[in-house]
Amino acid sequence: MSDLYLKTSDLSVGYDGKTLIHDINIGVKRGQVLTLIGPNGSGKSTILKTLTKYLKTIAGTVYVGEHQLDTISNRDLAKQVSVVLTQRLKTEMMTCEDVVATGRYPHTGRLGILSEDDRRIVRETMEQVNITELKDRDYRRISDGQRQRVLLARAICQQPQVIVLDEPTSYLDVRYKLELLGTMRRLAQEKNIAVVMSLHELDMAERVSDYVMCVKGDTIAHYGPAEEIFGSDLITELYGLKGGSYNPLFGCLEMQRTEGTPEVFVLCGGGSGVHVMRSLQKKQIPFAAGILQENDVDWLVANALAAKLISVPAFSEVGEAPVQEAMECIKGCRKLIVCSGFGPANRRCEELIAFAEKLGKDIEDKTVQH
Amino acid sequence: MQKDKRNDRCAAALIILFILMVVLVVLNISIGSYSIPFNQIISVFRDGPTAEAGSQIATMFAILHQIRLPRLLACLILGGALGLAGFLLQTFFGNPIAGPYVLGISSGAKLTVALTMVFVMQASGGLSSAFTIMAAFVGAMISMGFVLVISQKVSNASMLIVSGVMVGYICSAITDFVVTFASDASIVNLHNWSKGSFSGISWDNVHVMTVVVIICALCTFLMAKPISAYQLGENYAMNMGVNIKRFRFMLVLFSSLLAATVTAFAGPISFVGIAVPHIVKRVLGTAKPIVVIPGCFLGGAIFCLLCDLIARTVFAPTELSISSVTAIFGAPIVISIMIRRRREG
Repeated sequence: MSDLYLKTSDLSVGYDGKTLIHDINIGVKRGQVLTLIGPNGSGKSTILKTLTKYLKTIAGTVYVGEHQLDTISNRDLAKQVSVVLTQRLKTEMMTCEDVVATGRYPHTGRLGILSEDDRRIVRETMEQVNITELKDRDYRRISDGQRQRVLLARAICQQPQVIVLDEPTSYLDVRYKLELLGTMRRLAQEKNIAVVMSLHELDMAERVSDYVMCVKGDTIAHYGPAEEIFGSDLITELYGLKGGSYNPLFGCLEMQRTEGTPEVFVLCGGGSGVHVMRSLQKKQIPFAAGILQENDVDWLVANALAAKLISVPAFSEVGEAPVQEAMECIKGCRKLIVCSGFGPANRRCEELIAFAEKLGKDIEDKTVQH
Repeated sequence: MQKDKRNDRCAAALIILFILMVVLVVLNISIGSYSIPFNQIISVFRDGPTAEAGSQIATMFAILHQIRLPRLLACLILGGALGLAGFLLQTFFGNPIAGPYVLGISSGAKLTVALTMVFVMQASGGLSSAFTIMAAFVGAMISMGFVLVISQKVSNASMLIVSGVMVGYICSAITDFVVTFASDASIVNLHNWSKGSFSGISWDNVHVMTVVVIICALCTFLMAKPISAYQLGENYAMNMGVNIKRFRFMLVLFSSLLAATVTAFAGPISFVGIAVPHIVKRVLGTAKPIVVIPGCFLGGAIFCLLCDLIARTVFAPTELSISSVTAIFGAPIVISIMIRRRREG
């Protein structure tokens, strides 16, 4: 296990000698991304602050490279671990280039004067993070998204082996989130840097992390490869999700289903019913959905939202039994919403339209005309 | 390219500040109740010491040597010290309107110096320069201690300043009390000093203050690197490898020592400490400590040389207290800083 660059063994963290979270055993290799997820106030920041020596370890050990954290001098630690913190960086009359250049601090001499080499590294890093055009702009007068990228460049130009980021995507809109995490992931691999960070966005966490650690209560609830953590119901359990559910396949959240006798029947398939079902949920109208193969995109959403779901196994044709069940259900509904056309496997759904017409139900056609 | 331009600007600005300082030194030598023409300054220095007693040159030299020179050197050195103390305190508290005067540090030093003057003078009749500095330092540290305690309880920048001003008032009130009930003839002297003045500085004073201030200034300059890290915020500085505890201790030590030295010899002087770092940063176009530190020293020296020149010449032979003049220039600057900060949010 010596290829783990940052490693903890039976670590306990907390404030003022009081333990918040105990028995933390994690490790991250260079080039890999470890993400901490967990509810607000679960202690993600506390762990990160301990890893960067800002807080004292309560018990256990943190290893950075070959050394124990408490035996490394601040200056040597700075050459190995850099940070992007949630606290705003205070600057006065500093351009973005100046801010990035502060990352060279541990590498400069007594008076902190930048060498030609330092300048080159600053320049190159800014190119890699795509912020060269911000070079001469005042750091206080750029957007939050740009600031986070400048801070990432600053952390990278410190040439560390580990970067620790505390919620780097807060305040960012989707575009900047994608860009920032994408850049970070790419540079972690290219420069062989280990990344430890905390994230709120579960979907992003799955996409950028190699390992995921779930913090809950006073222990690490789960720790493992991202695929394992996100491919299960751990997330719903971790956050104690009430009033909704987490879809592990897409990494998205659905609101709570409206229970009750279905008032509307949504006839859909292939993703055509997703928006209709979500809008019914918003209006708190209980609905039924069908007839869906279990490998249908609509099935995933209906499974989370529909009061009643009529489905058949994946890749199989719609047979007599589900059609009868659907007809029974339509009888109780006031409205049928048709979202999709039909193919060979669900040809029999057409019968449901005719059936509803005969009963005089309201029929809304939402099929997209091509 | 841009980088080079900015470096050029800093260098040019420092040179201009230096020239300005030299010009003010010359003006301070020349102007006064007994005028010394510019073209005679060199000959006074060259021939003065050997000139016949009673000759014009000898008179000029006597005035220069006994009065003007120690006074302008005190302005220069103590002004520089004030500029530096202000910069260090603003860095330490992350507060742009911090300074030795508003935080009550000068007043604390004033109190202990007044106390020792009154009690020790009655016993022995005189105070050495070094002893005065020590007394002032004790007072400065006590005030600083109060302000530190308060700063841990209030996070609001303005509240800190208000608390500092209150500490200052308490110290001033006690000083006035002591001065009022002290019995000696030295009280006239004490009264002038307690209002802030560069008059009556002796060569002995100049020697001691030079040693103390130069050592502090050099140490401060060597701390330029951690100061630049600390400006970004404590957490970041720590990750950059700064030993925060030791660094904060050094900041408190040097800023108090600088402020104490000023107060020991010239009394409390307002606004120089707040205003100078801001003007200097504007002029230099950067807040990088490695240029701002020498800049603040030069700026403080210029500010005090100018203000003292005005204080002693405008209503001559009546002399204004130095703080009246520094306030006229300094207070508008402080107001403009606060307005600009409100706008920038």
